[in-house]
Amino acid sequence: MSIAFGNPDRPNSYIGKTVPRPNITKLVQGRGRYVDDIVLPRMVHVAFVRSPVAHGKITGIDIEAAKTVPGVLRVFTGADLAEVCTPWVAVLAHLKGLKSPPQHPMALDRACWVGEPVVAVVATTRAAAEEGAALVEVDYEALPAVTDTMTALDKTTPVIHPDMGDNLAFRRLHEEGNVDAALSTAHKVVTASFRTARHTGVTLEPRSILVDWNPAEGQMTAYHATQAPHMMQTVFAKHLDIPESRVRVICGDVGGSYGIKVHVYPDEVATATIAKIMGRPVKFIADRLESFTTDIHARDHEIEAKIAVDAEGRILAIDVDDWTGIGPYSVYPRTSAIEGNQVVNLCGGPYDFANYRAQTTVVFQNKTPTCQYRAVGHPIAVAITEGLVDMAAAAIGMDPVEIRRRNMYRDDAYPVTSPAKMRFEGLSHHASMDKLMEIMDYDALRADQAEALKQGKRRGIGIASFIELTNPSPFMYGIGGARISAQDGCTVRMDPDGSVVALSGVTEQGQGTEAMLSQVVAEGVGVSPSKVRVITGDTQVTPYGGGTWASRGAGIGGEAALQAARALRSSILEVAAAMLQADQGLLDIRDGQIVDTQTGETRMPLEELGRIVYFRGDTLPKGLPRELVQTRHFITMDYPFAFTNGVQASYVEVDTDTGVVTLLKHWCVEDCGRVINPQLVDEQIRGGIVQGLGGALFEEIHYDEDGQLLNGSMADYLVPMAAEMPDMVIAHVETPTKESELGAKGAGEAGTAGAPAAVMNAINDALRPLGAQVTEMPFTPERILRALGTIHD
Amino acid sequence: MKASVGGYARASSLDHALQLLASAEGAGRVLAGGQSLVAAMNMRLSTGDLLVDISRLSELSGVSDEGDTLRIGALKRHADVGRDALVCAHAPLLAEAVHYIAHAAIRNRGTIGGACAHADPAAEFPACVLALGATMHVAGPHGSRAIPAEDFFEDVFATAIEEGEILTAITVPKAGSGEAQVIEEVARRSGDYALAGLCLVKRDAGHRVSLFSVGPKPILATGAMAALDAGDLDGAVAALAGELDPPSDTQASAAYRRHLAGVLLRRAVARTEGGKA
Ligand SMILES: Cc1cc2nc3c(=O)[nH]c(=O)nc-3n(C[C@H](O)[C@H](O)[C@H](O)COP(=O)(O)OP(=O)(O)OC[C@H]3O[C@@H](n4cnc5c(N)ncnc54)[C@H](O)[C@@H]3O)c2cc1C
Repeated sequence: MSIAFGNPDRPNSYIGKTVPRPNITKLVQGRGRYVDDIVLPRMVHVAFVRSPVAHGKITGIDIEAAKTVPGVLRVFTGADLAEVCTPWVAVLAHLKGLKSPPQHPMALDRACWVGEPVVAVVATTRAAAEEGAALVEVDYEALPAVTDTMTALDKTTPVIHPDMGDNLAFRRLHEEGNVDAALSTAHKVVTASFRTARHTGVTLEPRSILVDWNPAEGQMTAYHATQAPHMMQTVFAKHLDIPESRVRVICGDVGGSYGIKVHVYPDEVATATIAKIMGRPVKFIADRLESFTTDIHARDHEIEAKIAVDAEGRILAIDVDDWTGIGPYSVYPRTSAIEGNQVVNLCGGPYDFANYRAQTTVVFQNKTPTCQYRAVGHPIAVAITEGLVDMAAAAIGMDPVEIRRRNMYRDDAYPVTSPAKMRFEGLSHHASMDKLMEIMDYDALRADQAEALKQGKRRGIGIASFIELTNPSPFMYGIGGARISAQDGCTVRMDPDGSVVALSGVTEQGQGTEAMLSQVVAEGVGVSPSKVRVITGDTQVTPYGGGTWASRGAGIGGEAALQAARALRSSILEVAAAMLQADQGLLDIRDGQIVDTQTGETRMPLEELGRIVYFRGDTLPKGLPRELVQTRHFITMDYPFAFTNGVQASYVEVDTDTGVVTLLKHWCVEDCGRVINPQLVDEQIRGGIVQGLGGALFEEIHYDEDGQLLNGSMADYLVPMAAEMPDMVIAHVETPTKESELGAKGAGEAGTAGAPAAVMNAINDALRPLGAQVTEMPFTPERILRALGTIHD
Repeated sequence: MKASVGGYARASSLDHALQLLASAEGAGRVLAGGQSLVAAMNMRLSTGDLLVDISRLSELSGVSDEGDTLRIGALKRHADVGRDALVCAHAPLLAEAVHYIAHAAIRNRGTIGGACAHADPAAEFPACVLALGATMHVAGPHGSRAIPAEDFFEDVFATAIEEGEILTAITVPKAGSGEAQVIEEVARRSGDYALAGLCLVKRDAGHRVSLFSVGPKPILATGAMAALDAGDLDGAVAALAGELDPPSDTQASAAYRRHLAGVLLRRAVARTEGGKA
């Protein structure tokens, strides 16, 4: 029996409704349990001495003074840890040519970025450890720092890792059709360069880990703020030479991740290594400065791109040359080539066109390593694509909405394969655009814009269509050799009191995964969500799974939960049928009661069934299955990824005297397939938009030429804050994926994907009459004025 | 990072505070609202301080009407400055400035004395007291001194307060009838330190223009003031560009700040003339 999603009045209709988050009371009452809340007997703290230079040979380390600090127990160098922990190399077989040198938990003889851990000081308190760290003396012999992406491959630029031959980490060229021919014969060709700034995720809770090694049991337990506990289990096991079964990763409450906490960090592996050496629980909590210098960075891209259109505005070709600098190492195990690879995969995404060329060039530098951060590559690809489309529209005098309508895949064109060779199962670009026009009242907004101009106010409207990659299959990492699960599982059991426990391999980072799971399981079994307890984030307890990344929690973890719940429902009904001597097909479970499907009449509460099964099983027929625990796994098979789509719009006002951009309003229509919890989805979209707006207007990590990070604090790295955020209107089109019964695709990254492009286009819409255009993010007041030619030197 | 503090003592009176400072042999550090100092300690930019907590000293709090002047205790918190009836009536510049300073939580703790003693070149209050022509009162082991605001701010985070001294109060001349006081600034986000900011006081005696976040300390733009007195706004904007040597940093270049100063001056003048900016 399938679920009648179309009928909102069906019994147990929790899927599709806003139900309260089961963990929210705990979190707002301060009763969450984050890693830093955990205190274990004999626990010690580690603080790291980090490289103050971007590139330097370590010529001497003096730890004697540190050892005299009261409370300091041990001081470790990179060499000490290398005896216990093997190095890793972050490459994936399917990213052909990707190279990266072996990386150790702490630098051995050379530091390669400002912030790289060099010495670890372990003490009874964090303060004592820091006190000791301040007294460690490390001598460096300066080596030339490579900081500029575009010249990293020049002959005159020093090679960071001489063994690698050059500074090229990865390059991929994708060509489809005949781009040169299209460019040379097109009605119009528009060329532009774009730049997206280096960002980092700035999670509210910094990276946190507490590792306990129990030699008596031969077991390592890591309490870890991570998105992927099972992946970390493998990593610790492999590099610390412990059987995988003897590593337990527990991930309790997490204060935001955004992709930052899905990677392997040298200092976290160092913490685990030290725990193994000392046989004591060791805690490491990154402070904010450490977060800025060591959390992965992202989005540092420079792009030259072209679009060719015919006189009717049809896109003939898109040509993209993308460059990015990733720091000195590709980040383990997902690698730092994925972001550039995504740019190649995603440019031109919404549009039906024939000739496409895109190349990404990924180079090493002496800066903090970059890796996957919310909406990996999407904000870049969408900025390039939507920037070009707007410029083409302007060049031929066409409305930006019209040019998109002429080029977007028809809503009945699916399944279809894009020029980037992405396969789309079913998207709704036109329906989404229609809905956007309706909710923003496009024509009225254009009238308002014209009216404002009469009063000297420069306002602009920006549109950005996008696609988003969600629900990844093993094509993302597994085929490249990484032990990262694309499959996820859920175990659902009914206890004697009729309540339900769901154990899931996807994880809660604060985004509401547990709420999603509770309502899916509630509907699947037929109980109220308050009767469902959700357990996630414990490798020894939950089914094996991938965790939180690439917007997969609801689409993959949700489907596994639904199937497990449905299976449990069946086994409950089988027992019920025997007890009631009824036909199983005529019984249902509604709100915790066995009922007659036809009449809805209550036959028996689940508690009664639980009592019989668990305590009076003797009264049931011999041989009757009574398995009130069911596990199901789900993996996508038909498509490598479930793409979603959507379109955003931004309305801005630009103060052409000061260069300040004010965000007036923002809209997003988004199609994530089945919406399981409208409020959670809308919050994800809003939060994602906020992060995208941060990239558009505020966020930028600055380095000087020597590779010194210049703005490692919340005062200098500007995250978007409430006062600057516009009102946001969110709406949905629902095109469920046919790969699952649930039909859900991901929703967590769409906001971030499209927002920067929408703002860029809005600003340029405002500036166009003045002959100015901005393409370098963030669009600071100064960049606006420079584009306007107001300031020169 | 964990702060490394040398010690802490809460002063029970101004004399007690001065004694504590004197006995600290140079390591003493006044703690008022803690909104700059504690942040610096938490980044270990300041270590080993013997903190002398003055936050409970009633001698340093309150606002009083002294006839031609208003006396504002150094411990007056930003939020209280903003809603104080005397300040709103007689030194509206200070009340308006509060809206630009940080966020509510910080305004609830930070003190006007702390802001002036800290002398961040991007802070609003130092520029305000300079534009108002205030007098800064400090007490030390050898008695009290009154320092004109013009002489008080010396450099980045440096003032005329000497070792062992405490800023006790600020007196500002009460606004005359018809006097206009406005502050204009542009920051990347609300509550951020300004990219550039400007205070304009228009009195019978003439204009006073001060700027913040455009140099190592708040700057009195005497050239622009003279031009404004002569009724020459364009001349004032031009003079301003000449008398500023702003820094470049990750948020904005010197050229941007110089340009912005001119824009702010025009907007401030427009407001004092009753027009909209
Ligand atoms: C996130 C954030 C944003 C901020 N934004 C702004 C802003 O936009 N504009 C702005 O102006 N400020 C801003 N501030 C700073 C804030 O206004 C501080 O409160 C103020 O600078 C210092 O006042 P305080 O009372 O907290 O001083 P404290 O932090 O206690 O002390 C600061 C310094 O002054 C000394 N000191 C304090 N009082 C006295 C005294 N009476 N005599 C002698 N020395 C003294 C201390 O020894 C210390 O060196 C911000 C602060 C934060 C944390």
